[in-house]
Amino acid sequence: MLPLDLDALTGCLASSACLVTQTTSGFIIGMLLFLVAVGLTLIFGVLKVVNFSHGAFYMFGAYFAMTAYQLTGSFALAMLCGAAGTAILGLVFERGFMSRVYGADVLMQLLVCYAFVLIFDDVVRMIWGPEFKSMGMPAAFQVAPLFIAGGVVPPYYLLLISVALAAAAVLGLGLARTRIGKVIRAAAHNPGMVSALGINTGLIYGGVFALGGMLAGLAGALAAPVRSLTPGMGFSVLIESFIVTVIGGMGSILGALIGALLIGMIRSFGSLGFPLFTEGLMYLFMVIVLVSRPTGLFGKEVA
Amino acid sequence: MSELQADQGAQALDVPQPHAKTRRNRDVLIALAAFVVLALLPMVFSSKFLLDFVIRCAAYGLFATSLNLLVGYTGLTSFGHGMFFGLGAYGFGLMMQKTGVSVPVAFVATLAITFVTALVIGAICVRLKEIYFAFVTLAFQMLIHSTILSWVSLTGGDQGLRGGIPRPPFWGIDLSNHLHLYVTSCALLVIGLFLMHQIAQSPFGYTLRMIRDNATRASFIGIDVWRAKLTIFVLAALFASTGGVIMALFVSGAYPEFAYWTISGEGIFINMLGGVTTFLGPMVGTVLLLILNDTVTRLTEYHGLVLGIVILFFAIGLRKGLMDFVIEWYAQRRDARGK
Repeated sequence: MLPLDLDALTGCLASSACLVTQTTSGFIIGMLLFLVAVGLTLIFGVLKVVNFSHGAFYMFGAYFAMTAYQLTGSFALAMLCGAAGTAILGLVFERGFMSRVYGADVLMQLLVCYAFVLIFDDVVRMIWGPEFKSMGMPAAFQVAPLFIAGGVVPPYYLLLISVALAAAAVLGLGLARTRIGKVIRAAAHNPGMVSALGINTGLIYGGVFALGGMLAGLAGALAAPVRSLTPGMGFSVLIESFIVTVIGGMGSILGALIGALLIGMIRSFGSLGFPLFTEGLMYLFMVIVLVSRPTGLFGKEVA
Repeated sequence: MSELQADQGAQALDVPQPHAKTRRNRDVLIALAAFVVLALLPMVFSSKFLLDFVIRCAAYGLFATSLNLLVGYTGLTSFGHGMFFGLGAYGFGLMMQKTGVSVPVAFVATLAITFVTALVIGAICVRLKEIYFAFVTLAFQMLIHSTILSWVSLTGGDQGLRGGIPRPPFWGIDLSNHLHLYVTSCALLVIGLFLMHQIAQSPFGYTLRMIRDNATRASFIGIDVWRAKLTIFVLAALFASTGGVIMALFVSGAYPEFAYWTISGEGIFINMLGGVTTFLGPMVGTVLLLILNDTVTRLTEYHGLVLGIVILFFAIGLRKGLMDFVIEWYAQRRDARGK
């Protein structure tokens, strides 16, 4: 049942042009996944809940960006709308609903998120319609692609990768060095003590959720010019980014980055060697990691 | 944990061992009575719609109740239980279409396939805790779903198994006859529920409750937690698969949606709706969800929106299932009257 095409894979590995093209596309998939997965892992690390509706933020980011781009024609504004809109959505969602089920068991949290996956998908269907939409490549990036070692690399891909890397750097440094970052890490460790020291943990929780939503929204906005938009587009991204966090280790930002790039490369090169089994390859990899290291590559706590 | 606490824990766990036999006899009587009532139903109400509804209840009810063995009794929040429902439907459908064996043989073979699959997946999953377990089971569900979609030559891809499932008569039962199908579904439902109740009431069932409440303590007193969890994971998969077989017989086909994650989501919601503290809670939940689904689909195309709001009402508003709510309310009233 494994439709193997090893010739295509080895042929590609031998040619530098194909290698560059496939690596770039692996990076694109990986970076988008990273932005979604890092929000998921951040929310889990601080709030100890898995935001099962995280894919919806990715979806809303893409739709917000598309609408803003159609209205204003400005690509920068579209990105901003995608990120800011989902940040607000995240804050409302956390304060209004998720905060009510923190003490409850996993079942309740899953259910609340499940309800919102259903609601959000239908809301998108109501506002933007059920059909596939596309935002189209902004004019600024409709230039001739770059050729690196014979491989084709559209300039937009470079922008996407650098924005995602910048977000990763800001997030990593912000958490490690700034005061707010320290407070967030303290709240992840011992929320009772943090609130006893006079810090509003509710605000921190809301803020972290908004941040996670914003990152997913940014990923959606960045993906909008290169992927088609449809209600329910968030779910496959959610599953993949969950695989990323499982591989990298829940709560670890570095793990999310490494995991996302690994999955990106598996998808990109796997589509050559195993065209029908690319997804299966991903799951297989996850199973191997889980069996050998149940906490993921960079996870700390015992799972 | 101190000695005193351990003692209290032991008292709270009231194992009704001495009455096991009378209890089982009572269960047999209840099961027989339930089956007779269900089987005689077509004589009173002959509407096809009602019979269809009961058949769907049997399929989803077996699935949801088996999920409750994991969620409610063992504390394993599986979010991929629907994969076994889909596996049952596809396994049975393919067996009937491709090999031409008789219905009972195909049924047993489907259970065997489910057994092996559940054993492999369970062995990987049950060592994981709570949320990891939930999502890795979900990931396996998506793996099975994507396999069904991409293995077009065998499964028909996104079109599903079409062309109908042949249902040759066996033992005087002709499943292409609607009434025969109805009675067989009822029998499978009643037998399945009876067996699951026996599992829940057995010493093994009480071991599961103990693992749910305190897995560390269970392993301290010599219980192999991993093995117990794996056993119930496989058993629950078999009942879910039976539900899938009923579904495949009912629609005379199998579709990728049967293996999609929303089936698992619905299963979790059914358990929530009915309540996980009683054995029959999931059955009540099944009936409620199917009625809700039928009504909502008739009224609006935004089916997910309405369903989502109802789920939120239960999860955030009521914070418990309907049966849990009713039983607590009843207990409170009884206490109040006692005073």
